[in-house]
Amino acid sequence: MSVVALAFYLFAICVIAGGLMTVISRNPVHSVLWLILAFLSSAGLFVLLGAEFVAMLLIIVYVGAVAVLFLFVVMMLDVDFAELKAEMAKYMPLALLIGLVLLMQFGMAYGSWEITDSARAARGAVTPDQLENTAALGMLLYDQYFLAFQLSGLILLVAMIGAIVLTLRHRTDVKRQDILAQIYRDPAKAMELRDVKPGQGL
Amino acid sequence: MIQADLNVILPEIVISVYAMLALLGAVYTGKDRLSGALTWLTAAVMALVAMWIALSGQGTNVAFGGMFHDDGFARFAKVTILLSGAVVLVMSQDYMARRGLARFEYPVLVALATVGMMVMVSAGDLIALYMGLELQSLALYVIAAFRRDSVKSTEAGLKYFVLGALSSGLLLYGASLVYGFAGTTLFSGIIATAGEGYTPLGLLFGLSFMVAGLAFKISAVPFHMWTPDVYEGAPTPVTAFFATAPKVAAMGLFARVLHDAFGGVSHDWGQIIAMLSVLSMFLGAVAAIGQTNIKRLMAFSSIAHMGYAMIGLAAGTALGVQSMLTYMAIYVTMNIGTFAFILAMEKDGQPVTDISALNLYAKREPARALALLVLLFSLAGVPPMLGFFAKLGVWQAALEVDMVWLVVASAVASAIGAFYYLRIVFFMYFGAEGETLQTARAPVLWVCLMGSALVMVVGVVNMFGLGSVAAAAAATLVN
Repeated sequence: MSVVALAFYLFAICVIAGGLMTVISRNPVHSVLWLILAFLSSAGLFVLLGAEFVAMLLIIVYVGAVAVLFLFVVMMLDVDFAELKAEMAKYMPLALLIGLVLLMQFGMAYGSWEITDSARAARGAVTPDQLENTAALGMLLYDQYFLAFQLSGLILLVAMIGAIVLTLRHRTDVKRQDILAQIYRDPAKAMELRDVKPGQGL
Repeated sequence: MIQADLNVILPEIVISVYAMLALLGAVYTGKDRLSGALTWLTAAVMALVAMWIALSGQGTNVAFGGMFHDDGFARFAKVTILLSGAVVLVMSQDYMARRGLARFEYPVLVALATVGMMVMVSAGDLIALYMGLELQSLALYVIAAFRRDSVKSTEAGLKYFVLGALSSGLLLYGASLVYGFAGTTLFSGIIATAGEGYTPLGLLFGLSFMVAGLAFKISAVPFHMWTPDVYEGAPTPVTAFFATAPKVAAMGLFARVLHDAFGGVSHDWGQIIAMLSVLSMFLGAVAAIGQTNIKRLMAFSSIAHMGYAMIGLAAGTALGVQSMLTYMAIYVTMNIGTFAFILAMEKDGQPVTDISALNLYAKREPARALALLVLLFSLAGVPPMLGFFAKLGVWQAALEVDMVWLVVASAVASAIGAFYYLRIVFFMYFGAEGETLQTARAPVLWVCLMGSALVMVVGVVNMFGLGSVAAAAAATLVN
């Protein structure tokens, strides 16, 4: 077995094991850690495919940002995971049955997998020659898939509007700092100097 | 080259730029105080773009290397989507203002959802399809939960979001299998490899998963479970929007994927669609019988109507697509009128959705009751109304390809379904004495209700030439 094949099987087993443990581990924090293993191994798979840029992106964005965010959310949310698991156990037999049937069907589908001759040619021409990964990706993203790129920008805009619409509340019962009001405050009006005579008071 | 491409998607660009400008303008100036004006302005922009597309568009223009198709079919669907979206926006303004929901983000989100729908019906690539679908869905999830202080509305938004994400997962899985088989995400490439009428198992799997994901979006049985809860929980104007434009867009996308990408294997998907269609018609007819909330009732009604529209798709012919387009246009008009009535239903200033509140309504408001009667007869498919001719169209398409059993099944379902529409009519004219329902004095709602009812009666003459326009549109898709 060559090194590449060995690395492929290693990463592939890690992805599957990581995915499985994410679902079945008892502690949600462990779940997130297993998820990180799955992400890292898939990054390895991308490197084997020759897609280094995507691999690095997976590590930086998914491991670095998304998984850490998950970790925060899991730790901060007060969710009784044991109860959720108990709820899930009720449907487990049915879920297992459906899963098994699906697995067998997929086995059949992939067992007799065929692709057309033109597919191999079409897929082979995705990256141009003599162009490294990042540049090829940029060519695709900003040229061929320009429309999709702009549309994903619109989708992110909708997500942003949605987050604000659904969560921003202007509370009227709290005091806010108004910096301009503070700056323009006139000392003459804000305080009064009194000359207090000794022994008399005000 | 890019210049020509941008010219093709100019209507989409206009609406997106308008949405962004409106958002910025409203944030920096009047905020929610502008919501009324912004709603009318958005509706006007959408209506103008609809006119522009209807009058100026011609021929088939392909942009971005086949990712985007601007043809007669897309234009028909876009005009229907834009006009229905504009009318629903105008109808919702009064309701939103009086229920404390007048926020300027609402018209902006509706405009962005509309852009998504326009991309959906013009998609020529699996990636463009997914982008349009998500742009639409994401905006819809947000407006479903728009009344964020209400548990029901929040639940509706969350339920829609979680199940919508699941359906997107199914769709993407199917799309990846199709890509794995064909080696390209372009519809033109897929039909070139899958066009010989021979389907390997892998492609069939991908096709089934994609159909499942899309069936969720048009709420076809068995992917309908979200519909009643979302329709009931969302604010009524949002429900009215859900029942109109997104349904047309999803149906248009369905037809486009099936004909543009899988046109060569129509006997494979024809049976799936026929099955979905029969299940939707029967569940929509039977499950609505027990409903007392008119919004839930309309949800089941929309499930049933999607079933009838899918008969046209199942036929897999140009006549089928034509009848589907006509059906959707008529369905949208009926729903606009019915929701104009539902939006006006109130008691002591509070919205009412219980159908028992309609008892003896005809005694107090004979004109409105008559308009609703016409609309309900039309929804039920009672012969003199336009709704019957919509059903007749899909039946003709099914008979053309000898799907007699489908026609018989849909006639039976239609007879069962007529019961719950007629029950509302019974309540209005012969119901028991009881609590009284008031209707809001909103002129816009009155105009929409009466106009839609009038269309149902007058349209019988020649359907306003809809048939020939739809035929020309269908001819550009199926050839």
